[in-house]
Amino acid sequence: MSFLTYLINGLSLGSIYAIIALGYTMVYGIAKMLNFAHGDFIMVGCYIIFSVSAALGGNSVVGIILAVILCTLLGITTEFVAYRPLRGAASPLAVLITAIGVSYFLENVALLIFGADIKSFTSVIKWEGLSFAGGQLRIQGVTVVTIAVSVVILIALQLFINKTKQGQAMLAVAEDKGAATLMGINVNKTIMLTFAIGSSLAAVAGALLCSAYPSLSPYTGAMPGIKAFVAAVLGGIGSIPGAMIGGLVLGIVEILSKTYISSQLSDAIVFGILVVVLLVKPTGILGKVIQEKV
Amino acid sequence: MKINKITKNNLITYGIVVAAFVLFTVLASTGNLSSHMKGLLIPMTYYAVIAVALNLCVGILGELSIGHCGFMCIGAFTSAFFSKATAEILPSGIRFFLAFLIGIAFAALFGFLIGIPVLRLKGDYLAIVTLAFGEIIKNIINAFYIGIDKSGIHFSLKNAMELGLDEGGEVIVNGAMGITGTPHDSTFTIGIIVLLISLFVVLNLINSRDGRAIMAIRDNYIAAESTGINVTGYKMMAFTISAAIAGAAGVLFSHNITTLTATSQYFGYNASIMILVYVVLGGIGNIRGSVIAACILYLLPELLRGFSNYRMLIYSIVLIVMMIVNWSPKIIEWRKRTLGRFGFKKNSGKEIA
Amino acid sequence: MALLDVNNLSISFGGLRAVDDFNISIEKGELYGLIGPNGAGKTTVFNLLTGVYKPNEGIIRLDGEDITRKSTIEINHCGIARTFQNIRLFKQMPVIDNVKVGLAEHYKYSTLEGILHLGKYKKVEKEMDEEAMRLLKVFDLDKERDTLASNLPYGKQRKLEIARAMATNPKLLLLDEPAAGMNPNETGELMDTIALVRKEFGMTILLIEHDMKLVSGICEKLTVLNFGRVLCQGETKEVLADPEVIKAYLGE
Repeated sequence: MSFLTYLINGLSLGSIYAIIALGYTMVYGIAKMLNFAHGDFIMVGCYIIFSVSAALGGNSVVGIILAVILCTLLGITTEFVAYRPLRGAASPLAVLITAIGVSYFLENVALLIFGADIKSFTSVIKWEGLSFAGGQLRIQGVTVVTIAVSVVILIALQLFINKTKQGQAMLAVAEDKGAATLMGINVNKTIMLTFAIGSSLAAVAGALLCSAYPSLSPYTGAMPGIKAFVAAVLGGIGSIPGAMIGGLVLGIVEILSKTYISSQLSDAIVFGILVVVLLVKPTGILGKVIQEKV
Repeated sequence: MKINKITKNNLITYGIVVAAFVLFTVLASTGNLSSHMKGLLIPMTYYAVIAVALNLCVGILGELSIGHCGFMCIGAFTSAFFSKATAEILPSGIRFFLAFLIGIAFAALFGFLIGIPVLRLKGDYLAIVTLAFGEIIKNIINAFYIGIDKSGIHFSLKNAMELGLDEGGEVIVNGAMGITGTPHDSTFTIGIIVLLISLFVVLNLINSRDGRAIMAIRDNYIAAESTGINVTGYKMMAFTISAAIAGAAGVLFSHNITTLTATSQYFGYNASIMILVYVVLGGIGNIRGSVIAACILYLLPELLRGFSNYRMLIYSIVLIVMMIVNWSPKIIEWRKRTLGRFGFKKNSGKEIA
Repeated sequence: MALLDVNNLSISFGGLRAVDDFNISIEKGELYGLIGPNGAGKTTVFNLLTGVYKPNEGIIRLDGEDITRKSTIEINHCGIARTFQNIRLFKQMPVIDNVKVGLAEHYKYSTLEGILHLGKYKKVEKEMDEEAMRLLKVFDLDKERDTLASNLPYGKQRKLEIARAMATNPKLLLLDEPAAGMNPNETGELMDTIALVRKEFGMTILLIEHDMKLVSGICEKLTVLNFGRVLCQGETKEVLADPEVIKAYLGE
């Protein structure tokens, strides 16, 4: 039974990674940039929920809604101020370094406002959870909600991309910016929409992450952000189902290796999985192979 | 004509380093440098060294690495292990020299081994795998326990007790607590010498047959192959040399502090990214720029100490603004137009090295 | 014996036979043209000859040596150099260094000598500089020796690509649409350059081209490809007069 519990915990952590990875993979697929600040959007979302809940005496619903709205605005603003000017720069490294600057900026703003001490985050999910086999197998409420939310988001995103005009525009921009422009697609607007979706997902991921692991600091988002990026690469960057698979694999591997092998080495194992997968499939599990024409 | 120009350029680079050395030495000996600033001089040299190493990888070879601090970590730990184990036996000069050889050799070895899988990948996939390897190195070193007693070297991945040392045996690498008590052999002078040697190696390499092959691969690997260039071999060579130099930076690092631990602050991806910032702001492929950027950007947060809590915030804003001003296509165009109006001519061609 | 001898060369990409039963025989010193409509498989033939693709069937012999399964790098060392349809220069490097990369296989010193600038370094570098300049003069690029390749005008970039290929000291030179994107003046100049390369180096050349004026002006023999198969082969005049060829080009 305990193995099943760990597996479900892994699934839950993996679902959080998957939600973050979805944001990463969309932004990368469409804007062709590594948004290193994406993890920090999670942290911003957590602090918003934390502050609003504290001000309203424990009501987290308003906090979550506000966090989603403000993170969306933050994503749009960041894209407009810091990333858009660098579109078409001579080196793709320029926007990467700028994203790192944004990451430092957000972390230090949080540091100034909230200080470096770790805040204890109250779970946004009050539900006790499920109990099976006469209490031998218990699944926490936050675990159930996390998995459910990630599935809903995955389906919604798939429908959005494949069934709506804006979604199709995103695919077009991802394929070829120039050609998309010629087809009358507003590339700037499409990229902005991508950032909006990615950042709102980061806020949702933040709420779930801090509910499951309730310690909040200015650096809360950094490591989950990087792992989610690893998940996105693992699944094949740019692929939405790939991000989901990558996230789940990563979460399960992390929890199981922490439990059964060594908590010291779990990160090494997680990163090791990425190395192995990329050696077998250099563009990730569901990634497209693009060969340069000679 | 051209040979002279390159030689002159390289001499300017060495000259700047020597001038900085003289300047800081004079300032220090006349008491014009606070003890805090004095403490920054050695770190400044090893960050300059690893920036040179990373520029060889990113700017010359053209492969983005965000795990270079992993090689620094290997250089730091292998050399510190050696120095601590032989602290009683060898005189400090020879010991430190051997420590360098060991740190560099191990970093090069790992650069080579990691390069085999990594260099088969391309672009961002390659970058993320270097990040992964950097984290793996840091993680594994954190789980290492190594001790020495009369019967030899003992090793464990669990804890210090598992080593089963004799009485009088000594734990040298103590897991996440790292290595304590490495002799403080690094000095500013040695740091500058290592920097000069690194510059000499990289600048000379660039202006040799091998360097041209490496840059040819960077510019167009398909054309390089059909011109008969051994693409894999030269990639491995550049990556290994780059890792070796990063290892030398690690040796300086570990012999400058009392307790060496494989923390994220010094060896994680964030640290690697900080070096990348030096390289990009100094100019991708511009070796001299890397040295200058590393020194200025390393000192900048320290110089901003007056702003106390706001210093990193200011640093981040400076970083974003500098990137946009330097790289935004629209701003570059605007600058050209404005300068053109005042009769300035645009710089012809980018400077390499 | 022919310098290049290709027999029954075939390759398929997912069921499509891009090149089917291709044969060609080029004598030393010949200037040979490979023509055909777009998508006929001309560049694929070049990619097969240079080891970028490995054929499903067939044998490629250069100077009697079987090079069919060799890598691109080995094939270059055996003596085939090429240019590309979409110019592939080492853009961030000066003109002279582009040529020196090509010379590298024939002017050697060890990595250590290179890093220390000692030993044979100075002497060999000097020889390389001289040889590179000699080549650049032939292509009228000696004045641009320190210009970055990306800053050269289009026509000179094409020339530099040929100069770089010649620097590897090949037995056979493959030119992939050297006149693509050129105006008639530049094309004329290019024809002179190709003629010069033949005269100066006695080079055997196989070229892909769409410009019929260039093809009929300088090629001695032609092979016409259509849908991956050889449609017609022989002396330039005869081939161009062949009704099948005219049909393939102009349609019915």
